Amino acid sequence: MNVTITPEGVKLDRAIVATGSLAEIYRAHIGDYPKFFKMDSLSKLGFLAAEFLLRDIPPEQKENAAVVLFNRSGSLVTDRNYQRTITLNDNYFPSPALFVYTLANIVTGEIAIRHKIYGETAFYILPERDDATIERVVADMLLTSSPTMVVAGWVDWLDENNYIADLKLITN
Amino acid sequence: MIRVIADNIMSPLGLTTGENLQAILRGESQLRVRRGLFGLPEDFCGSVFDRDMVPEIADTQANDGGFSFFERLCIASAAKAVAQSGIDPAAEDVIFVISTTKGNVDAISRDLMAPEAYIGESARRIAGYFGCSNSLVTSNACISGVCAQIAGVRALLGGRFRYAVIVGADVLSRFIVSGFQSFKALSPEPCRPYDAERCGLNLGEAAGTIILERCDDSDADQSTWQFVACSNHNDANHISGPSRTGEGSYRVLRDLLAALPADRLAFVNAHGTATLYNDEMESIALDRAGLAATPVNALKGFYGHTLGAAGIIETILSMHAVDNGIVLPTRGFASQGTSHRLNVSADVRPTDRRAFFKILSGFGGSNAGIAYRKGGDR
Repeated sequence: MNVTITPEGVKLDRAIVATGSLAEIYRAHIGDYPKFFKMDSLSKLGFLAAEFLLRDIPPEQKENAAVVLFNRSGSLVTDRNYQRTITLNDNYFPSPALFVYTLANIVTGEIAIRHKIYGETAFYILPERDDATIERVVADMLLTSSPTMVVAGWVDWLDENNYIADLKLITN
Repeated sequence: MIRVIADNIMSPLGLTTGENLQAILRGESQLRVRRGLFGLPEDFCGSVFDRDMVPEIADTQANDGGFSFFERLCIASAAKAVAQSGIDPAAEDVIFVISTTKGNVDAISRDLMAPEAYIGESARRIAGYFGCSNSLVTSNACISGVCAQIAGVRALLGGRFRYAVIVGADVLSRFIVSGFQSFKALSPEPCRPYDAERCGLNLGEAAGTIILERCDDSDADQSTWQFVACSNHNDANHISGPSRTGEGSYRVLRDLLAALPADRLAFVNAHGTATLYNDEMESIALDRAGLAATPVNALKGFYGHTLGAAGIIETILSMHAVDNGIVLPTRGFASQGTSHRLNVSADVRPTDRRAFFKILSGFGGSNAGIAYRKGGDR
């Protein structure tokens, strides 16, 4: 199964199933996880994409799943937001709630917490999107690990008009 | 078989693995109180490159390439390891795996849109210096250094690559230090892993490189360090707080023990950041895994937490400790301060075992571990 989220909406195996902003999609299709609103944009995007892939999967099949995500920008949009809070000493208010999201792998942790996934969570950064590399890294993971299923793909947030999650659920 | 063919550590304690090991054996550290560094309103205790060391580190052609301090550090460390290994880093079957939490993030303090801040491109510049066009960045917070080794191992097992040059580094900045200060995670003095008086971590700068090679089993001898097993598990609990049951770390240890039983271990080199919660969590995980009697050490008391470098330099030092028949000391540790008792190595201890586990845990609920053994291990 494949899910894509862009400003155009959510596509599940190429069929549009939802439209609107991330918050609107959350309210219309999820709605039971208020922690969503504490997340940064990258985490919201990855979290929503994973919801569409995993919400109908029974918990026992998710416990040993793996979540392996890639992007180009890392957490750079949140890094810039955090940087704005530490520029001047008289305007200096660093916050742990923001700082924690200056790590790109937090999105994999948010997905793991939501779905009680105790398997591998990993985030890789590439100079540009490269599906051959993504496929190779995911395939090579199976050489040392045996997850029940893998959520894998590209999740990159630039701004409200430029974002993409393109994730696959790989099962045997 | 995957074996280790070269390594390097660059830190404020020295620019080679040997200098670092000797400094540790002399009990040295560069953890000092830093006042006004990076224009921060609050002091912090950290291990920071004396900027006088920088010209020496930068004494490569990289000086002319417009590389950042972070990139020059990676290049300088990788160059020493590459030279030691004798490999051709420009060959098609070489991959660079870069472990960093924040790369050039300091660039956005000058220009929010600074292009240098894209870590994938920074890694490409580092690999490109060596003529290598294959690079990958592992960005998994504090566990990145073990994740990079795991990614390197897999790239070799997958058959496309023969050599993996695994480089880990982070440099401190206003960005990183202010963030850890906001978490109230920092100790005002040199940190005390697993100790009853521990009160937080220190941050440190370092770079490390390990070069792995895929080779035939017949290429191994008594002196060969080889990869045994690796594991990565999430706590599924909290993005910034360790699990109360040590769940992910325990599962990592369980996987490693399935490949290498406890009686063959010289020690477990743990994360041991010296925060109350990390060390307590690790004590639970190690005890649950049946490793309470196995020697455990942590090296943060020498270096602080070197973020993306930590998993790499701590793995290298663990190998060299076994080469010397010793368990390295846990600087800062004096009395047990975790609810589950561990066999913490306070001082240098002899060992005749030839294998170890390196484990890490970090933000995002992530945990990872890797096991290595040396030839002649029974």
